[in-house]
Amino acid sequence: MDTREKDIEKLKDYKYGFTTDIENIKAPKGLNEDVIKFISNIKKEPQWMLDFRLKAYERLKLLKEPNWQKPKYPKINYQDLYYYSAPKSMKDKPKSLDELDPKLLETYKKLGIPLQEQARLNGIAVDAVFDSVSVATTFKGELTKHGIIFCSMSEAIQKHPDLVKKYLGTVIPVTDHFFATLNSAVFTDGSFVYIPEGVKCPMELSTYFRINASETGQFERTLIIADKGSYVSYLEGCTAPMRDENQLHAANVELIALDDAEIKYSTVQNWYPGDENGKGGIYNFVTKRGLCKGKNSKISWTQVETGSAITWKYPSCILKGDNSIGEFYSIAITNNHQKADTGTKMIHLGKNTKSKIISKGISAGFSDMTYRGLVDINSKARNSSNYTQCDSLLMGNKCGAHTVPYIKNKNFDSNIAHEATTSKISEEQLHYCQQRGLNPEEAVGLIVNGFCKEVLQQLPMEFAVEAQKLVGISLEGSVG
Amino acid sequence: MSKQLQSDFEKLVKTSKFSNEEIQFKKNFLNNFIEKGFPNRKQEDWKFLDISQIIKKSISDLSFFNDYSQSNKIDPSIFINDLEHNKIVFINGRIEKIDFNFEDQNKIEIIDETKKDISFDYENSLIDLNSAFTDKVFKILIKKNYSLKKPLIIYHSINDEIKSTNINLRLDFELGENSCLKLIDYFSNNTAKNFINIFYNFNLEKDSILKNYKIDKFINNNLKYSFNNIEQDNNSVSETFILSAGSDYFKNEINCNLNGEYSSAFINGIFSLKENQQHEIRTTINHLVENTKSYQLIKSVLGKNTKSAYQGRIFVNSKAQKTDGYQLSKAILLDETSEFNAKPELEIYADDVKCSHGSASGSLDENSIFYLMSRGLNYQQSKELLINGFLMDVVEKITDVEIKNLITNIIGLKQ
Repeated sequence: MDTREKDIEKLKDYKYGFTTDIENIKAPKGLNEDVIKFISNIKKEPQWMLDFRLKAYERLKLLKEPNWQKPKYPKINYQDLYYYSAPKSMKDKPKSLDELDPKLLETYKKLGIPLQEQARLNGIAVDAVFDSVSVATTFKGELTKHGIIFCSMSEAIQKHPDLVKKYLGTVIPVTDHFFATLNSAVFTDGSFVYIPEGVKCPMELSTYFRINASETGQFERTLIIADKGSYVSYLEGCTAPMRDENQLHAANVELIALDDAEIKYSTVQNWYPGDENGKGGIYNFVTKRGLCKGKNSKISWTQVETGSAITWKYPSCILKGDNSIGEFYSIAITNNHQKADTGTKMIHLGKNTKSKIISKGISAGFSDMTYRGLVDINSKARNSSNYTQCDSLLMGNKCGAHTVPYIKNKNFDSNIAHEATTSKISEEQLHYCQQRGLNPEEAVGLIVNGFCKEVLQQLPMEFAVEAQKLVGISLEGSVG
Repeated sequence: MSKQLQSDFEKLVKTSKFSNEEIQFKKNFLNNFIEKGFPNRKQEDWKFLDISQIIKKSISDLSFFNDYSQSNKIDPSIFINDLEHNKIVFINGRIEKIDFNFEDQNKIEIIDETKKDISFDYENSLIDLNSAFTDKVFKILIKKNYSLKKPLIIYHSINDEIKSTNINLRLDFELGENSCLKLIDYFSNNTAKNFINIFYNFNLEKDSILKNYKIDKFINNNLKYSFNNIEQDNNSVSETFILSAGSDYFKNEINCNLNGEYSSAFINGIFSLKENQQHEIRTTINHLVENTKSYQLIKSVLGKNTKSAYQGRIFVNSKAQKTDGYQLSKAILLDETSEFNAKPELEIYADDVKCSHGSASGSLDENSIFYLMSRGLNYQQSKELLINGFLMDVVEKITDVEIKNLITNIIGLKQ
């Protein structure tokens, strides 16, 4: 094996598959009222928060797990999961980074997220979530100067209850679908962002999620509010250790953009996808929804989905304000036995609303990929328009690529255009690249990067490089 | 409803000459239907237009019994005169006339049977309803190497003698090797509120050609459901054209299995809807072997309070390399209250394929109207000219010149 092959071999392995030995505090196994009270209690939550959770739990009892999705999975035993797991040292929250458990810092270093502010050169404020709790938020001082609130959800509940009370559950109500309601009942932590009126957030905000403990589900909840005329760009990254069993990740993300505000939300999802035989991996059942509440507001979702055994999510935009804009850019890559059913929903309610969907799906190995999207232009949404493009690339004949768009146009002066293609990398393209001295792997990498370019361009710089590498790694070994 | 079904079924048994075995066979379908009921919006295929609700709203006295022992008088005024053709005449769901006068009688065989199995898996309860209440099922066999000289027109007509509000009918066609059949379904303008449930089964052997044109042009209050199941062998071609304009509700469903290499399926459709109509086309094309092709073009022009839906599904099996699949749906919404729904779906398991779909909907282009008006047309004329051109695109796809002219005249398009 020459060095290059060795390098590839090294890359092929899931780089983030290590576990960290840290003592955990866990809630008793299972899902019941006591566990919810336990979570609420340990987080010293006020009564209204507990009521919110219990209301969701009551509702959850009536709901059935949905099963219309393409990737089927064995039934999850919700009583066999830990709903709260926190590193022991977090019990009395450290006041500064110096007090953090060095092992935790070590973990994040391995992940490439140095938490010490002085170590940061690129100036991105990070909120890191380890299993169920947020461990540290960096750059607080700088952000506070601008009046920006960027902290963990638990902290926000304590310190900014008015904001949380006002907005939590307004985009994803407790009465939503099964997984969203489950999250409302048992969510543990997540990030909270508030950008005050007229403020343009001076740096990228970022969250890093990591599932460490086994048999836990991660239920984080993120709430981002952009007040009038403000702007924020938010990044999210995820990893998990390699384990044989499947782990559930059911997060809720709510975005609210008021008049003239803009939120840009980028995700690089690289949860553990399971081994090459499809054993283990994360079930990524996430609910992400943005509300363009005010006039001229804009929400833009960008996602690069390379991980998870099953990805099942539809980041959506509700375009309520007049002249609001929703965008969705996605690259989803599945290899080996991974499955993905992802896409978006654009719901046009206000006048002159615009939305754009660019989705690129690549499937290789034995994987299955579905784009499922809804464009719904309401009868009151005069003069709205949507453009959708979804392209799929297939590598080999053991995998599948599916496109299921739902198009509803109830308004006569609105336009919807939808295009989709499915193809493979053409022999001519490969031949051309190889003729110019690239080996087949490199040639495929080049062509795939070109295929994804439209979406990669949308990512913030630092992320784009990482994502580009990730795209290459995810497809390693699928050619030939 | 289940009591009504039971008693109507007993009436059917009494007036017919079904054998015990046949009755039992039909009864199984009846029980299936009683268990399932009419399809509703909870089922994915019926998501856009919920037939159980539509039937509930429009037909208050739903009944199923038709007396097949009594023959009906044929009113010759329903026939098309400008085209020489063979005829099958359905009146109130009963076949009154089969006439292949233009053809070599030795080359066509007509068989009737009561006990006809369904050769494929289905969930659709309307097929159960159909199988329970149909009269005899006629099977029309076109023999090897024979092309029909004239098209066959099937007249669907209802007279005042009808007692029930539901009609079920079924025909099976078998096209032998290298044969050709041109088939026109012609719906007359009966205005009674009936639910008509039509089921056709086509089996296309090697090199055969089927052209099916469904013409529902004249405004009527019927609710119609039509299901075509098409099985295609090597190198066979099926062409389906749907003009969906007359009924209150019309859903055309086409399931096409491309079982043989180099077989191809073409589906073209027009929705031209005026007040309060709700129409749907749903297609499933299964590409099961290599080198198959499908092409679909659906265009809608939607007036006041109308709703059209197009659900097209292309399935490509992992064996079906070199598949070429294409879908395009376009809609013009003329009124604030019109609604267009589409679900163009691709399900692909093979990599060396070329599959794409497109969908566009919106209002008439104001710039084009301005252009035409600047050349002396008034607003109404400009609008009509644009719609004419929009729909002509689909009619142009019809491969038979004679029938193309007939349909152009029926719709009233200018060439």
